[in-house]
Amino acid sequence: MSQYFDLTRRGFLKSSAAAGALVFGTYLAGGAPRVLAGVLAKPSESAKNANLFVALRPDGIVEITCHRSEMGQQIRTAIAQIVADEMEAAWDKVVVIQGKGDAKYGDQNTDGSRSIRYNMQRLREMGASVRHLMCQAAAERWGVSVDSCIAEQHIVTHSSGKTLSYAELVNDALNLTPPEVTSITLKKRSDWRYINTAMEHIDLKDIVMGKATFAADVLEPKALIAVVVRPPVVGGKAKSFDARAAKAVDGVMDVVEIPAPQGAPQFQPKGGIAIIANNTWAAIKGRRALSVTWDDGKNADYNSENFKANLLATVASPQSSVRKIGEAEKVLANASDKLVADYYAPHLAQAPMEPPCATAMYYKDRVDVWAATQNPQADMATVGAMVGMDKEKINVHVTMLGGGFGRKSKPDFSAEAAFLSMKTGKPIRVQWTREDDIQHSFYHAVSAQHIEASLDENGAIEAYLHRTAFSPIASTFIEGATAPLGFELRLGFTDNPIDTPNIKLESGEAPAKTRIGWMRSVSNIFHAFAIQSFIAEAAHKAGRDQKDYLLETIGPDRILDVTEQNADYDNYGADKATYPLDIGRLRHTIEKVADMSGWGRKLPKGRGLGIAAHRSFLTYVATVVEVEVSDNGDLKIIKSWASIDAGTVVNTDTVINQVQGGSIYGITAAISEGITFDKGRVQQSNFHDYRVPRMSDAPLEVEVEIIPSDAPPAGVGEPATPVYAPALCNAIFAACGKRIRQLPIGNQLKT
Amino acid sequence: MITFSVNGKTHEFSGDPTTPVLWYLRDELQLTGPKFGCGMAQCGACTVHINGVAQRSCVLPVSAISGSKITTIEGLSEDGEHPVQQAWIEHKVPQCGYCQCGQMMQAASLLASNPAPTDEEIVQGMSGNICRCGTYPRIHKAIKSASKTMAAVQYFDPKSEGEQV
Repeated sequence: MSQYFDLTRRGFLKSSAAAGALVFGTYLAGGAPRVLAGVLAKPSESAKNANLFVALRPDGIVEITCHRSEMGQQIRTAIAQIVADEMEAAWDKVVVIQGKGDAKYGDQNTDGSRSIRYNMQRLREMGASVRHLMCQAAAERWGVSVDSCIAEQHIVTHSSGKTLSYAELVNDALNLTPPEVTSITLKKRSDWRYINTAMEHIDLKDIVMGKATFAADVLEPKALIAVVVRPPVVGGKAKSFDARAAKAVDGVMDVVEIPAPQGAPQFQPKGGIAIIANNTWAAIKGRRALSVTWDDGKNADYNSENFKANLLATVASPQSSVRKIGEAEKVLANASDKLVADYYAPHLAQAPMEPPCATAMYYKDRVDVWAATQNPQADMATVGAMVGMDKEKINVHVTMLGGGFGRKSKPDFSAEAAFLSMKTGKPIRVQWTREDDIQHSFYHAVSAQHIEASLDENGAIEAYLHRTAFSPIASTFIEGATAPLGFELRLGFTDNPIDTPNIKLESGEAPAKTRIGWMRSVSNIFHAFAIQSFIAEAAHKAGRDQKDYLLETIGPDRILDVTEQNADYDNYGADKATYPLDIGRLRHTIEKVADMSGWGRKLPKGRGLGIAAHRSFLTYVATVVEVEVSDNGDLKIIKSWASIDAGTVVNTDTVINQVQGGSIYGITAAISEGITFDKGRVQQSNFHDYRVPRMSDAPLEVEVEIIPSDAPPAGVGEPATPVYAPALCNAIFAACGKRIRQLPIGNQLKT
Repeated sequence: MITFSVNGKTHEFSGDPTTPVLWYLRDELQLTGPKFGCGMAQCGACTVHINGVAQRSCVLPVSAISGSKITTIEGLSEDGEHPVQQAWIEHKVPQCGYCQCGQMMQAASLLASNPAPTDEEIVQGMSGNICRCGTYPRIHKAIKSASKTMAAVQYFDPKSEGEQV
């Protein structure tokens, strides 16, 4: 089923010839006779006339291009489901081809949980236009009206009962003009065959057989292996190095210095020294033998304990207003009884199971790259800048990704490979080790938050003040930036759903002393942690049930438009009429998950339930976690439940799997020691000291319900993560009375 | 010269004896099923069978496998029909898939030594294998399924019925 790479023109013609087929409507041939389904919602200029996403071969095989990166969210399957459904293609005739990096596809940055949101409509239109064209070709052949023909499962049937297969109609269709988008009728939802089903994903069998091609599994070209020793402090560089011992290692071919980056980090390599060898082990041994003296630069003073104190000091005093209604400060100043809480969360590393890896071959007029990248167009730009070539000359083949979680949107590793190939004239694969991955990531921001609220006589929040400060992602793109970019605040902070007449949200500044980047659900993680923990704390103070109080605190069903509260809010770039912040939908997920989990049931001593709900990436998720805390403070997660309203969904099993996985990913924030720095250096190095959830840390059951919805599709990959740490910590409080405000949990339950 | 077999085929190795088996399998034999995840036996992505028992190939030097029989995911079954692989398909376990070869090799070894593990024994047996996609609940269920399948296969073992096989 899965044919991995977007083939070169030559390779494609060769393989098609081998199959005894001619190519029709190919997206490869310049000046192809006709194009099929050249419909794009947001096309680039060349995209308007190109058959980008679907080609029908004379043998009846449908080639569907997936232009988004596959990292476990089964986007290759989902894109095929959408196109094939509208096209009325038989599933066993569908082949998925992975698209290379190319601006003609439009956006390829596979993050922000937006592949389906951005593409569903245009993919449906493309599939439907093929279906229409097949009917039209058959109608002309038969001399009947198009309306008397129906296309189903690769066959067009006339009302008289006669039939023609898609394969038989390919040549006729070559001479037809594809229909205008406006004349295409999309299928009714009730007629969907593939969309909104739990179809098996197309790469499943390859994965189970060990045949899936990840970045390090690319065997052609046969590359030399490079491992790189990078400056341990961001902004540092090698003062001197001695490569004699490294070069003496059998198999080591070369030692090459990579220049230090200039200006803001962006996605540039960190610089350092590469050991190039004819096998991986020799490269690793060579690196161990290399001795380097570093000039650490201005971040050598980065110490996480000091930085934490500074962040907490920042949020202790007034900061820039982000959203305001009423007179929160005044009400709070006069309140006799306030709830005040500070929350803290450390840096985290994404730590995908496959460490970053890329192979590159430099030629005079182009560079070929094979990379586990979430954003191949960023590889084109970054590699191009690194080797001094136009980005259009960088061919980026996207392999399967062994997890991404945001790390692989930053293609510093591809630029390393390309630079080293340019210097050596040989194909080079840069293999990051786990130590490299843990110590040289673009880290999830370290953060501190301060919240205070006063409760009225009924226990309801009458005034709410919330300050946030964290090292901003802005610093990765703007040298020395200390204030977050707007989007960082809009991820769970600006769009706080608390319904109160007096609200004041403030944002402080913080420097970045390392490279900061997004990690699955980004700043939603710490913002939801603080807000959802605080609401549970307020519930306890008011003597109320967590779930009932949460529902009352977010208020009645309504559309919340925070821009009416002096806030800048871009709603994940989506139109607010199509994707409103709908409190009713958020409430519904809470009520649903409460039902699922048997909320309110009597629990044995040491057990507790916690709940949290949050909208992110335009999707609503509520989670309940059940824990057991033993007398000596051992924590066990018994089970968790989640309800998700993501609007229209394409593959129901994928959604369930993503919510299960996103939940367990969320455990990382609670149990991991996080990434800490001293003297500018990361203090963790591998999974023995950077703890990630194992089976023993995870619930054996994560029960998920998808709330049926006809709303437009929203995000799925990320929204289950932010709710998990607060639901877990609320459950811990219910179980043993210990409130966790600072992550990780560490040994706080032991004291 | 170190001699051993990989997936039933005899191989000889005369290179650096400290080379971890993982890199030998990947770089020399181009068997890319075993994955590199940590290089210090912390994550299990590199798990292979040495004489039928799951081991971390990333820290096991070639010098230690003289005379051993090595099995990788590529050799676990001809066409993915091992009950563990079938259970992985039935429960649609994988997300990104990177760790899953190691997970399946670990699970196959676990079931070979303990055909009917309890829930807790599965957790203990599998907690050395990390999955960042968080497929643990499905891995757990798949192992229970595979255990049942294997028990059923044993129960109907034709040999025990005295049939010629």
